[in-house]
Amino acid sequence: MQMKKKGVLFPVVFTIIGIFFLAGCGSEHRFVKKTAFKDANSIVIEFAGPVDEEWAKNSGNYSAFEKPDPDIQLKVKNIVLSPDNRQVTLVFEDDLNSKEPHMLTLNNISSEGKSLGTAILSVKKIYLGYLFSILIGAMIINNFVFSKYLGLCVFFGTSQKKSTAVGMGITFTLVMVVSAMMSWFLYQFILVPFRLDFLQIVVFIGLVSLSVQAVDTILRKVNPALFKAFGVYLVLVIANCIIIAVPLILADSNYNALESLMLALGAGLGFLIALFLMSSVRERLELATVPPTYRGLPIAFVVAGLFALSFLGFSGMTIF
Amino acid sequence: MVSNGILNENPIFRLALSMCPAVGISTTVMNGIMLGIAVLFVQVFSSCTIAAIKDYIHPRIRIPTYTLTIATWVTVIDLVLAAYMPAAYKEMGIFVKLIVAFAIITMRLEMFACKNSVPSSFWDGIGMGLGFMFGMMALGFVRELLGMGTILGYDVLGFRPLLFFVLPAAGFFCVGIMMAMFNYMELVYNRKKRG
Repeated sequence: MQMKKKGVLFPVVFTIIGIFFLAGCGSEHRFVKKTAFKDANSIVIEFAGPVDEEWAKNSGNYSAFEKPDPDIQLKVKNIVLSPDNRQVTLVFEDDLNSKEPHMLTLNNISSEGKSLGTAILSVKKIYLGYLFSILIGAMIINNFVFSKYLGLCVFFGTSQKKSTAVGMGITFTLVMVVSAMMSWFLYQFILVPFRLDFLQIVVFIGLVSLSVQAVDTILRKVNPALFKAFGVYLVLVIANCIIIAVPLILADSNYNALESLMLALGAGLGFLIALFLMSSVRERLELATVPPTYRGLPIAFVVAGLFALSFLGFSGMTIF
Repeated sequence: MVSNGILNENPIFRLALSMCPAVGISTTVMNGIMLGIAVLFVQVFSSCTIAAIKDYIHPRIRIPTYTLTIATWVTVIDLVLAAYMPAAYKEMGIFVKLIVAFAIITMRLEMFACKNSVPSSFWDGIGMGLGFMFGMMALGFVRELLGMGTILGYDVLGFRPLLFFVLPAAGFFCVGIMMAMFNYMELVYNRKKRG
């Protein structure tokens, strides 16, 4: 019985992931094969077929900006076309900040006299590395508890025992991923097209409560043993401000599906790490002689402060 | 009723609720005041709303109703602040939107507003909001004075004693030490009362 259920579940999950993946890649143009940074100040564009020299050499056809600053247009200094007309190298006046994704617009691409429409491309570093850096960034470098100071109520409430901490962390990660993906989908495909994005707070908080309720119901039916172990933490998840902060951050920074998944996963795992570290210390604190006025929460805050200081060491770190 | 929220049940130091902003953005007195006003606004208006419509809410859906009421008022203050005080809004960042997840507001609705009349809920809301504002201001005062040597942007000391206090990590220490102080005050008070 159990096997059969699994057999049904997995294709469904993969299909959903596949749909997200396609949706995430929808903005790329079919005629452009590859874009990449080269040296400090150039971008290489590879086309699927030869482009017309006259079009390619006209710098008015290109416009580029850094994704966070759409107002600042980057100036193209030089354009180099490869001998087979399939590759264009844009040399910019200033060095590019390759940490940020760049948006590149190619107006009216023309190939062998035919116009192929306008392409809007985003130029990024190697995608998997970029995804990984989002994950590690949310997990450790910008740990939500120790570097962004969110989710503290639940953090101090459930970090007394290691077993509680791990249970809470796992439940939280699960609900975080589910609700973040749902709210990303709703925001990108419903709120933005209909210009309802001012409703984001109301919608996200409703969605979070909904997904908590959904996970509760599904877990109760599918795996009662797991529900017995983790069910108590589900109610607490909703009181955690990280779970509402992540959808808001996703909405602000316009991530695509995979990037959103990575950020949500990183936020959840980062919370798990923070809870585990904290509970290990607090189990020892039980045995220590603490001044009576500091007993309980105050000393926990001082410990958290020390953790935050040590996590400060990660700040400014970049991977890839 | 108002003083209850400020001292005995101070949301930050006694109830230990809504800690995130207390640690995250209490770096200056001004930040504390701004977020305090936002929370006061949301608390008072949602308390009044719930107190006014409490007879029409089915008990089984009361928590979702609270959440949606709070979310509505948070959206209002979020848009108002973004329009009229862009500089302060930028400083507070995501925390204005996160007022929606503050346990303190939901707790007051559940414990007080759904059982009492509109005027008394109004005063309770004012008390809780002021208590929060007071806590944020106290933290901001200590951190701004020790970290930058200024108060409300005016140079008081003329030098910077401990830059460490501007770092958000110091927020944890400040809250911890202040909580211990409140505990100590209670201890001394109880000892006196016993004779």
